[in-house]
Parts: sequence; C-alpha cells; structure tokens
Amino acid sequence: MKHEVIIAGFGGQGVMVAGELLAYAGMLEGKKVSWLPSYGPEMRGGTANCSVVVSDEEIASPVVTEPTVLVVMNRPSLDKFEGWLVPGGLLIINTSLVKREPSRDDINIVRIPCSEVADELGSAAVANMIVVGAVVSRTGIVKMESVVEGLKKVVPAHRHNLIPLNLKALEKGREIALGVAVCS
Amino acid sequence: MGEKVLMKGNEAIAEAAIRAGCRYFFGYPITPQNEIPEYMARRLPQVGGVFLQAESEVAAINMVYGAAAAGGRVMTSSSGPGISLKQEGLSYMAGAELPCVVVNMVRAGPGLGGIQAAQSDYFQATKGGGHGDYRLVVYGPASIQEAVDLMAHAFDVADRYRTPVMLLGDGMLGQMMEPVEFPDYQVNIPVKDWITNGASGRPARVISSIFLKPEELDAHCWAMKRKYEEIAENETRVECLGLDDADFCLVAYGTTARICRSVMEKARESGLRVGLIRPISLWPFPTNTIREVASGNVKAFLTVEMSTGQMIEDVMLAVNGKKPVHFYGKTGGMVPAPRDILAKLRVVADDPEKGRMN
Amino acid sequence: MATVVMKRPETLKRVITHYCPGCTHGIAHRLVAEAIDKLGIKQKVIGVASVGCSVFAYNYLDCDFVQAAHGRAPAVATGLKRVLPDSVVFTYQGDGDLASIGTAEIVHAAARGEKITVIFINNGIYGMTGGQMAPTTLVGDRTTTSPEGRDPAKAGYPIKMCELLSTLEGAAYVARASLHDPANVLKASRFVTRAFECQLERKGFAIVELLSACPTNWSLKPIDALKAVKEKMVAHYPLGEFKGGAGSEA
Repeated sequence: MKHEVIIAGFGGQGVMVAGELLAYAGMLEGKKVSWLPSYGPEMRGGTANCSVVVSDEEIASPVVTEPTVLVVMNRPSLDKFEGWLVPGGLLIINTSLVKREPSRDDINIVRIPCSEVADELGSAAVANMIVVGAVVSRTGIVKMESVVEGLKKVVPAHRHNLIPLNLKALEKGREIALGVAVCS
Repeated sequence: MGEKVLMKGNEAIAEAAIRAGCRYFFGYPITPQNEIPEYMARRLPQVGGVFLQAESEVAAINMVYGAAAAGGRVMTSSSGPGISLKQEGLSYMAGAELPCVVVNMVRAGPGLGGIQAAQSDYFQATKGGGHGDYRLVVYGPASIQEAVDLMAHAFDVADRYRTPVMLLGDGMLGQMMEPVEFPDYQVNIPVKDWITNGASGRPARVISSIFLKPEELDAHCWAMKRKYEEIAENETRVECLGLDDADFCLVAYGTTARICRSVMEKARESGLRVGLIRPISLWPFPTNTIREVASGNVKAFLTVEMSTGQMIEDVMLAVNGKKPVHFYGKTGGMVPAPRDILAKLRVVADDPEKGRMN
Repeated sequence: MATVVMKRPETLKRVITHYCPGCTHGIAHRLVAEAIDKLGIKQKVIGVASVGCSVFAYNYLDCDFVQAAHGRAPAVATGLKRVLPDSVVFTYQGDGDLASIGTAEIVHAAARGEKITVIFINNGIYGMTGGQMAPTTLVGDRTTTSPEGRDPAKAGYPIKMCELLSTLEGAAYVARASLHDPANVLKASRFVTRAFECQLERKGFAIVELLSACPTNWSLKPIDALKAVKEKMVAHYPLGEFKGGAGSEA
C-alpha cells in the first residue's frame, strides 16, 4: 500500500508541519516514509507545499506528481494541484479560504471551514491538525495513535503544553471527515 | 545504533559530520544547502567547534585549507555555482595534500540555472573541476541514511589519503526528510605529523603546492598518481542488484538510482529481466564491475541521469563497445518518472542496437 | 670581551635570497624575523606566504609556513587561527595579492577582527609576473600594462589600503611605514613589532603596510628606486599609525 499526499497552502498555515507529522507517524509504524518541501523562490510568494509518501515498499522518489490525497488550504493551491489528483483520490478543502468549487467529479471531497473550526477550538494555529485528523480518518494512511505519538516528536518540547489542544483538533477533523460532526 | 529520527538530508549530513569528529565549518549561503551551515552554526559551538560564515565561497574553501593545514577535521558545503568558486581551493588542497570534506547539493546548471535537484555536476566533480593533474574522491549517496553513513567514511578517507573528498548529493536529497539512524561513531583521527602548528621542538614545516623545478613537480604528480591508484584499489564502492539473470542493466547513481531500483522491480513484474549497477563512489568509478557485466549475458545497458549525459561516458569506457549503451536523462531540476524510464527500457529491449550511444 | 651589537636574527635563515639587487623584501623579511625573535614567539608562529615575489618567504624565514593561493592568505590565516587560537599567524602579501585579487579577503578578515598580523608590501607594481600595473601603481607611472602611464580615466586611482581598512571596527592596528632609509626602517621595525603584539594581546586585526622599492621593474638603479619611494610614494601614501598606535586608545 502506498499513499502519496500533497498538502498546500500559505506559509504560516502549518502545511509543512502537517506533512511532517504524517511522515513521523508512518515512520513510528515501521513504514517507509519521505517528506519533501517546496523550497527557494517558490516559497517567497507566500505559498508553501510539501509532498509526503507513506508506503510499505521502498520509496523510489519523494516527488509526488499523482497524489492520492490532496489538501488545499488556499485558492492558489486548488488551482495548481486539483488536476494532479488521481481519480478516486481524496481532496480536502479549507472552505474558509477556498470559495471556488472543485471542477473534478471523479474524486472524493471533504469540505472543512478550517479557520472557523480552529477558532471554535481556541486557536487559529491548529487548522493544520484538523486536516491531519481528516486525512487519517478517511484514508487510514497511518493510525491515529501514531499521529498522537508523532506529535510529541514534531512539537518542540517547550510547546508540549499545546499538545492537548492539537489532540482536540485532530479529533475534530476526524469527526467532520467521517460525518460524525456537522460544521456550522 | 540510536533511535530512528525523521530528519532533513542537509541537517542529517551536518549532524553526521559532527558525530564523525568534524569541528570546523566554513561556508557561504546558497540554495539548496542552507540547512547545513545553519545547523552547523547552532551545533558546532555546543561541541567546542567553530562555525564561520565566509565572505565568499572562495574565502570559505581557503579557510578550509588553513584549518586543514592546522590539523582540524574540517568541511564546507555548497551547491553548483558555489562549488565552481571552490575549485581553486580544491586544486590547492589536492596539490598540498590536505584533507577535507566538501558537500555539493547539486542544483540544475549551467550558470545560475535552477535550484531543483540535478546531477549536472558529475563532470566537474569526477573529472578534476579545478586546474592541474589531480583526482577528487566523490561519493554519491542515494538516501539520507547512506549520506549519513558515508559522511564518517568520507572524513576517514580524506585523512587516510590526505586528499579532499566530495559528497555529491542533490537538492532533493538535501531538502527531503527520511527516517535516519545515526551509527555509533568511533572517531579515530590519525596522528598528523605534517601539520603547521608552530615549530616547537621540531624543524619548521611548510605546506605548499608549488614545485618550480619540473623534475620535482613530476615526482610529486606521479606520487599522487600512485596514491590515486591505491584509492581506486581500496575505496571503490558499488551496489549491484539483480545481475545474476539480467538481460538488461540499468546504471544510475544517487537519486536516479533509487528511482531505477523501483523501475527494475516493475520491469521484472512485467517479465523483463533487469538488473541495476549503482556506483556509490563516482571516483573511483566501478569500471571493473561494469566491464565484467558487459562480458556476461547482458544484452544492453541503460544509463539514467538527471543530466544530458555525463556518467554515461564512464559507462561507455567501461563497456568498451562490448554491448550497446543507451541513455535516458532529465534536466532542469526534474526527477525522472519511473514509467518514463520503464518505457525507454522497453524500447531498448525491443531492439538493443537501435539508438545505441556507443 | 667583545660585545655583540648586531647579529642575524635567529628566525632569518642563513641563505642567499632570490630577490633582485636593491629589492626591499630582504629588509622586510628581517624586520619580521627580528620581531619574532624579540617577542620570543618563533615556536608558535605560522606564516602564510602569498603569490608574488615573496612566494618563497618560507625559504628565508625559519618558522612553519603555509603557501596560499593568490589573494587568499587572510582566509587561509583565518582557518589556521580559528583551529589554533594560541598560535601567532601572520600573512606576508604584496600589493597585487592584497589590494587587487584578495581585496575581499583582506577587508573581511579586518572586518571580522581576525586576530592575525598582516605584512603588506606595497611597491606599486607586479614584480614576479614582470612589471604590470598594480592596484597601488601611482597615477602617471608606466608599467607593461599601462605603457603610457596610469591614466585614471581608464585605469582608475591607486588604492590606499590603510586608510580604507582603518575605517573598519575590527581593525585594531593599522600603520604604514617606508623602507627607503634607516630612520624609516627603524620606525617600520617598531610598527611590525606592534602589529605582532596586537595579536598577542588578542586585540584584533593588525596590518603594517611597508612602502617598498622594485628597482628591476621600475627600471631604476637601487639608489634611485629608494629615492622614488621617498619622493613619490610617500607623497601619495602618508606614513604613520592610523589606528591603535602608541598613545591612541584602539
């Protein structure tokens, strides 16, 4: 089994960390993982993205051109990557910032107003954890326990007080993605 | 072995260098290797080392020259354009027989080029780069783990043979994160009885690469040649996969080699018997391995590179016309897709003679 | 009992140099050797030879030496000093080396306050390569690459390195002396010693510029060459301690 994920958005939305967390969780499960960021001038326009591969087999290339999962946190990311998603793939849209509807009809779509949900949880900074919760619950790419374990590695020690809030965000993302919770 | 951690290639390489006893780093910012100097700037002071951001790559490599002359375990890192500027110092270090490790996180060239991964500096790295009659030991790791493992080895080889050693990665290897484990390092820096650290209780020493008498320079060059032969004898590294029954042989190093490995597996699933030769040391090049395979049952070779064809020249020299050698390349900073390599492989398999490069 | 009033410095090797008759490199070498002897630092000195006529300085000075690429001596010295902070590191560079191809290296070594000593030989010409125009060649002076005399409209103006470097906070001692007569040589000797002391006191970067003669490439007799230093060079390159001298708080 091989999952290829692209997470894209503005710098500051935590897309890099979200990808890193998925990779870390996969590693803790003994899977082969890779994480590749956009870098250089590509980063200077304010957009950022990372590619994550979680696989049972050796990973040939960390470059993802046919993602099985695509997370778009802003409009430019939907415009750029929508066409890349494989048929039947999972698209997660942050509807707080992306007002356009996807044009594809051969994919699965989860819509989450990340900013509003994050604000309800108490911090705009956990928007990225909401989408991680959604990705994990819909794909089974890694186990939620591994993500929780991975959080301790990815979040710097002096920020560990924020872990409970991140856990709440993960759970909220899971609930929305599975339709357990309805977003306002 | 320690705990498995997820780490960026650049940072893992820097940490590996420190664990291998490197205490001095001189460098200059350039994408896509900036995480190496940044990591060194944080970490080296913690272990009593020195990090210095030089005014240019030219100055940086000459600081490395001075630090090596003083006996320090020292390194620098850069990418294509910066490595071009370091060639002066590399030639002087080779000539003065000073050890150091240089990391080149290759970006697409020529000129300012791009900043995405490429293998366009193969010629520069393996064929001299700087002026004069010298060789550079070059390693091309295919994963972050291998880069980490090669780092300690690179310092040891540099010290053992008193020569600069290059780790040739690429932007992707530097920027990506993969799980990595740091081995338990045994740092054994040999006694250096040739360094300039003040003539106390011994005659004064001179470290130099100048020999104005032709006979003396001739002797120096041949002594270095003998050293290079010894390196070729002892330090050639290559990985061979699936060659026992292979009809076709892929040759690739670094990032393209990991892609070719999956191409090999896919090809075998579809009934095409494919093997892979992966040079780990690019100089010394595993010429003998390729020569032996060319003498066997393989019908053709396919060299895959992120360039318009550089290593293929060494492959063709080794094959020496015995079998057709083909090429597939991607440039500009793009990583070749497995399906495209597989398609090329099928074309070669259909008619190995058609479109051969040699 | 005879009293020794003068002897060959211990650090100066008893060999014949390759320098031309009337060249002042010999005097400059002696001043360096005397300073090393006087300060008792011979066993911890590492010299960095540059590219130019003084490329073989290590054949004449009896201490550890590293030969550097053209212009890079301050960078090489930086590497040595950072690994061996208790050693005494000096570079010996000509004007082409220091003020042309090595401008970046000397400026940044000074800006960093690198604790090294720089002996800068300024004779306004490329000696070893055969008399080409140097960055310090005076306006109007003929060289093989300024055959009609240096024309500022085409070749710009000579660089005053001491004035330039003394603006940098990292430069602790900056001085210029001339080697054209005994009185000035004695002054130069004090400056060279001071530049080494500055390093021993870990104050920062130290440089002494020594105005020198190149009779061969100037096509002058040795005595006339010294006269040219006195009359022409000193007029353009003022002598003295620009920074960190006696009585000044650097």
